[in-house]
Amino acid sequence: MFKYIGRRLLHLIPVIILISMLIFTIIKLTPGDPVGANLDPRSTPEQKAAERARLGLDKPIPVQYWNWLKRSIRGDFGNSYIYKVPVSEVIPTFIKNSFILNVFVYIFAFLISIPIGIITAVKQYSKTDNFWSAFSIIGISMPTFFFGLLLIYFFSVKLDMFPISGMKTVGSKATGWANIKDILHHMVLPGTVLIIGSLASLVRYTRTSMLEVINQDYIRTARSKGLQEKVVIYRHAFRNALIPIVTIVGFTIPGLFSGAVMLETVFNWPGIGRVLVDAVNLRDYNLMMALNMFFAILTLLGNLLADIGYALVDPRIKVE
Amino acid sequence: MAEKNMDLKPDNLSAEEKSEMEQEILTPWKLIRRKFLKRKPSVVALIVLGLIILSVVLAPFIVRHDPYELNMTNSNQPPSREHKLGTDELGRDYLARVLYGGRVALQVGIFAVIIQIAIGTIIGGIAGYYGGWIDNILMRITEVFMSFPFLPLVITISAVVGVRISPEQKMYLVMVILGVLSWPGLARIIRGQILSLREQEFVLAAKALGIRNTKIIWRHLIPNTVGYIVVNATLGVASAILQESALSFLGLGVAPPVPTWGNLIQYARNMYNLQNRPWLWIPPGLMIFATVMCINLIGDGLRDAIDPKS
Repeated sequence: MFKYIGRRLLHLIPVIILISMLIFTIIKLTPGDPVGANLDPRSTPEQKAAERARLGLDKPIPVQYWNWLKRSIRGDFGNSYIYKVPVSEVIPTFIKNSFILNVFVYIFAFLISIPIGIITAVKQYSKTDNFWSAFSIIGISMPTFFFGLLLIYFFSVKLDMFPISGMKTVGSKATGWANIKDILHHMVLPGTVLIIGSLASLVRYTRTSMLEVINQDYIRTARSKGLQEKVVIYRHAFRNALIPIVTIVGFTIPGLFSGAVMLETVFNWPGIGRVLVDAVNLRDYNLMMALNMFFAILTLLGNLLADIGYALVDPRIKVE
Repeated sequence: MAEKNMDLKPDNLSAEEKSEMEQEILTPWKLIRRKFLKRKPSVVALIVLGLIILSVVLAPFIVRHDPYELNMTNSNQPPSREHKLGTDELGRDYLARVLYGGRVALQVGIFAVIIQIAIGTIIGGIAGYYGGWIDNILMRITEVFMSFPFLPLVITISAVVGVRISPEQKMYLVMVILGVLSWPGLARIIRGQILSLREQEFVLAAKALGIRNTKIIWRHLIPNTVGYIVVNATLGVASAILQESALSFLGLGVAPPVPTWGNLIQYARNMYNLQNRPWLWIPPGLMIFATVMCINLIGDGLRDAIDPKS
């Protein structure tokens, strides 16, 4: 198993390098001058040229890439033009903010969607099943940002129950409990959008994988042996239905951060997704590059985790 | 194809066999249509989607105003008899903008999926049929594409490439980006199907007849996967429309003055419009929601009808 994980990790390296080359080239092809954004607009062309040379921007793209790679491996991603500090200092705070918003939501979503998925599969075509099927199709068809706007319109503007945006009340210096309560209050609306969206797809997914198992012969055998229905469902069926569910856990990890891009923009939540949109709009090249790499590595690790989970849960899958 | 053999009706048949002969012959597509029509939500969705498409295509007959026609003396009007959804900040009729915006949204969705299908079937077909090192290389490429962080990458490319081109061209940029980044799923499905199909006798027969490999792939193998392609394409259009609207809402997709449902909702990013002019952002949002939901329901219905196992 460890050998397998080790080899898979080694396989990731060329993929990461390929992705970084691609993203780097795309970003470098942009018109617009990162130097211009950083210098006094009154500076002379000579000063600008000197600054370009200092940053290595006068060299051909492959050389620039090589320099970027060398620095990045040491953890130096350059300075952010927006925040005027090293990129490596900017990113962790925003990751933390995104994490706060997402992690509770996902744990909660998994805890309730799995039992719902089982019930809807066991009682296929019942009223409960129909309700959740309708819920799922509405949830996956609703654009996140539009749903967020609707909630803001009704609950913040019309009913004035929740703050319109942000993570904390502006100017609030609260600490301890009051601070946590303030953040939680700001989390209600974006959290609702996230929970409904993830519930919709998770219930659908659990239901499908459960249905696939329930219709198999060994379940009929278990029933005809006279086993209790509970034992049949939870011992025999659910264990096998769990296999595809495990993989979805791996796939949601990158979604934890990148999926929140829209939501964080609508609710002005200071997370990693909103920073990406800012970096892209304000042409903060170093930040853009580092964020894309962050998301790429996260996606790769999520896929790897899904595969490992798969191999762990399902003894039929041989790890060579 | 199956009907040809049925033309040879021998005369010496018992009554039972004759009545069997006169039964309607159900081709696979007739069976699928029958099963699909039994699912009420999908049928309703098909009708609603038809109405949406019709209203978008026939937009010039529904509103008399041009979506680009400026009228500064008549800007920011609330809904009235003349302008059913009011006017925007430049005095353009908003209902016209919403309907024409639907044209753009649907076009982007459909063409993105056409690109996706083209790449997906070519790669999947070749990888599945030839196998060996060709399969290996193509599947590695597919894996690399699958591990791209989708939304961040789309945002970055669209922003970086988008500044060089005109707003009219941005629509095509969005189609291409979405199409080129979302084919791997389909390629994998097609490959899997072809892998099992190529071991069957009809492929052997085709090979024995000396039919060229490319023709075997396109005329004999790919048509057998059409069911999967149709289901995938339908659900693909739904997600492409959602992705385009998200991008355009961020200001990184289809750019004004070209209207699309996504960029029309941008009005809601202005606090005053969000609070006081809900007619500017709720209608385009509901249009996206209704369209995507109809397409998803149709896709589900098709999947159940074509492949009852999944």
